[in-house]
Amino acid sequence: MANLLSIVTFLPALAALILALFLRGGDAAADRNAKWLAMIATTATFVISLFILFQFDPANTGFQMVEEGTWIMGLKYKMGVDGISVLFVMLTTFMMPLTILASWGVKSRVKEYMIAFLLLETLMLGVFMALDLVLFYLFFEAGLIPMFLIIGIWGGKERIYASFKFFLYTFFGSVLMLVAIVAMYADAGTLDIPSLLTHEFSTAGFSVLGIHVVGGLQTMLWLAFFASFAVKMPMWPVHTWLPDAHVQAPTAGSVVLAAILLKMGGYGFLRFSLPMFPVGSEVLAPLVFWMSAIAIVYTSLVALVQEDMKKLIAYSSVAHMGYVTLGIFSANQQGVDGAIFQMISHGFVSGALFLCVGVIYDRMHTRKIDAYGGLVNRMPAYALIFMFFTMANVGLPGTSGFIGEFLTMMGIFQVNTWVAAVAATGVILSAAYALWLYRRVVFGDLIKESLKTIQDMNTRERWTFAPLVVMTLWLGVYPSAALDIIGPSVEALVNHYDTAVAAPISAAPPWPKRTTEGARHDLG
Amino acid sequence: MISADLNTILPEILLAVYAMLALIGAVYTGKDKLAPALVWLTAAVMAILALWIGTAGSGTNPAFHGMFIDDAFSRFAKVVILIAAACVLVMGLGFMQKTKMLRFEYPVLVALSTVGMMVMVSSGDLMTLYMGLELMSLALYVVASLRRDSEMSTEAGLKYFVLGALSSGMLLYGASLTYGFAGTTLFSGIINAASEGHLSIGLLIGLVLMISGFSFKVSAVPFHMWTPDVYQGAPTPVTAFFATAPKVAAMALFARVMHDAFGGAVADWSQVVALIAVLSMFLGSIAAIGQTNIKRLMAYSSIAHMGYALIGLAAGTEAGVQAMLIYMVIYVTMNVGTFAFIMSMSKDGQPVTDIRALGMYSKREPGRALAMLVLLFSLAGVPPLLGFFAKLGVWQAAIAQDMVWLVVASAVASAIGAFYYLRIVFYMYFGEDREDALDAGGSPILWGFLVVSAFIMVAGVVNLFGIEGPAAAAAATLVN
Repeated sequence: MANLLSIVTFLPALAALILALFLRGGDAAADRNAKWLAMIATTATFVISLFILFQFDPANTGFQMVEEGTWIMGLKYKMGVDGISVLFVMLTTFMMPLTILASWGVKSRVKEYMIAFLLLETLMLGVFMALDLVLFYLFFEAGLIPMFLIIGIWGGKERIYASFKFFLYTFFGSVLMLVAIVAMYADAGTLDIPSLLTHEFSTAGFSVLGIHVVGGLQTMLWLAFFASFAVKMPMWPVHTWLPDAHVQAPTAGSVVLAAILLKMGGYGFLRFSLPMFPVGSEVLAPLVFWMSAIAIVYTSLVALVQEDMKKLIAYSSVAHMGYVTLGIFSANQQGVDGAIFQMISHGFVSGALFLCVGVIYDRMHTRKIDAYGGLVNRMPAYALIFMFFTMANVGLPGTSGFIGEFLTMMGIFQVNTWVAAVAATGVILSAAYALWLYRRVVFGDLIKESLKTIQDMNTRERWTFAPLVVMTLWLGVYPSAALDIIGPSVEALVNHYDTAVAAPISAAPPWPKRTTEGARHDLG
Repeated sequence: MISADLNTILPEILLAVYAMLALIGAVYTGKDKLAPALVWLTAAVMAILALWIGTAGSGTNPAFHGMFIDDAFSRFAKVVILIAAACVLVMGLGFMQKTKMLRFEYPVLVALSTVGMMVMVSSGDLMTLYMGLELMSLALYVVASLRRDSEMSTEAGLKYFVLGALSSGMLLYGASLTYGFAGTTLFSGIINAASEGHLSIGLLIGLVLMISGFSFKVSAVPFHMWTPDVYQGAPTPVTAFFATAPKVAAMALFARVMHDAFGGAVADWSQVVALIAVLSMFLGSIAAIGQTNIKRLMAYSSIAHMGYALIGLAAGTEAGVQAMLIYMVIYVTMNVGTFAFIMSMSKDGQPVTDIRALGMYSKREPGRALAMLVLLFSLAGVPPLLGFFAKLGVWQAAIAQDMVWLVVASAVASAIGAFYYLRIVFYMYFGEDREDALDAGGSPILWGFLVVSAFIMVAGVVNLFGIEGPAAAAAATLVN
């Protein structure tokens, strides 16, 4: 199958097209057909994507299964995967059937809902596979449209505000990245990601508005990409869109957001910031470290006082993404391995936690923590599942959460001990907010009148959680399953980074000598 | 020689003769009863001319000693202008009939102003330029006030006329200064007098005054004031016409004068154009936020879009002109679809322009709402729709010339601008159900235009429908 990657990417979009064109009527039968078609399409995508995993050769650190074709405006259609991206592809195809299953109860505009999710899957897969910068940007940015609609149409009470905030925050970050992409094209003469990975962008310092920029062009490009990925990730202090978006999005929307969309930021750092602008990364790594350390402590404290369950988990996501950025920019094997592992693990765990909230929200239609209490009395199965994922979120050894946190801490400790120490307090805080949430919702006596008739999880819900439990445990006790795949590519990345950084940052001529001629205007 | 010259301007002659014959014929026979047939006939004539110009023309053919130039650039612009004008004519027919505004003068005036545009984009001399520009503008002033019994419409016409006359005056003053200092009105002569760094002060003032005149025609800041009022006041089909063909013509003329006459002094005008572009983008993006009238909103949107297109011109290179041409084609396609949608907005047979009336439109008309959604995201420049590639093209051209500040500014403006397009999406998809919902149904013609243009926005991603090649050829003939 020469076009395996394209098939996997566009299969969901094809299903969306079929839904849009051929499914008529708004009755229950049409809704049921829409759900089943979406379910079949996402499952089929997952099954086919398994071939990617089987064909993938971890020892090869280059891009594999590459497809290439000409496109418009000097751009190329080029897709491929390497050790860094392949697991994100798998995570996406794995999570999508579960999100469809989790949205079985959607009542309004089912057809449009399924179309939006199927399109979103295509776009997310495209992000992880694109090997042309503009193609990457296209997938990266287009994902905003379905997500905007998902939050805006099927969201909660404050959905309008949340959807606009989500769109404008991320759009603003991304247009700056687009400017950087165009600038990279002007400098390197190509948009091909594999070629750019070996291109050395100028590091000669220059002044912008009187401020001397160490690392020159690389630092500026790094900042532009950072603007986009930091918002997407999200990092403190530009994380504020996330709690709003999470709280207002429907359950499945939250799952996709937490499990996959947030990972695009981390993937972007790994694919672009670190290898393409190593000097820029090195110069600004302390900034990232302290932003992440603040994020971990600050958002954990904020999570502690939340009254809304989804908001609490959203803040905990921000804290966990803090470990990811720490790991990435520590730029050593353990750190980067850990960051990728943490992202995959967080995909399962936070996805599952949002599903847990969804289960009781579907029954009680509230996410307020004090509306619950004593659920263990009537929902033992739910209590067990919720406990399991709470522990995984805290990072209990034996679950995948532990491996990710441990490796990232190990990575950052070698680079900056103080930051590692601050970040370590986050582990304690995360135990505090997660366990306290669990105690308030599940334990205690069942005294609330409204909860007296609540039902335990049904078969569909149990089946939604089963794969997630398996994956969390499996990666927790046998992390090599993932680390063997990402290891060689990460090693190559780290080596490339070390070589690039070892060269001294050249001291400053007023403006870098580059290939294009003609009068040059200052960035100011 | 004369016959060769006439042969070169045959399309213009044919369209002009057709317009006059149609006028005489209609006056002496059925008058307004003939109007629907005339609309179709005019559109058909334009479509045939577009086909003819697009397929038959080749090479660069100057006529009348270089006063009129038929080259790849002018042919590209003419095809776009003719197709846009034909589309808008056909699209507006139903609306004009429903509101009882359809008079036989309407297609005739549109045809005449189209002749003016064709002359404009082919001009090789300041005199030809002015003739074409005035022919276009005079016809436009009249169609703006087509709804004679409406205060808004006559106000629009008058305002357009007064401000248009002022801008023509500036343009003429600039042209006369240019003539005075260059000693010729031919572009090919001016370019010898105007070379890099040696622009005499008179030529410089002439250049700036002419840029002001062009800015008025493309409605770029600070000469944009007429746009919102005229867009709002004029009947919607006329607004659709304003937003499409004349913008292409004016932009093409702008590029032609800058490159053909002042191509030796790019650095002298590129900063001016860049400033105008930045101002337009920001004003267009910010002022549109508060609008509730969709026609006014589209006026500000077109101001902003002209700003983006001008980035291509400001780059001052072949790639820049190519990007600008592609931008204009995509812009026109988006606007044709959007105005088809605006024309279909009605309540009890009366046209509606308030965007709040779109509350939950998507529930009643999912297909149209989806098509409009695609257009709006494309207008906002969100990938994977064509509007994004339009912006990408001009940015590439500008960055290649190291105009980083311009590109960063336009990136910020486009993020601000996204807000008001989203607001329309918001009303259509998340708004509240309204008692006084818009009429369902509507003319299949409008429906067709809307869907086709939305389809182009999506499917164009594959290969831009092959306009890259012709645009590159057009840019190459202009810049070299």
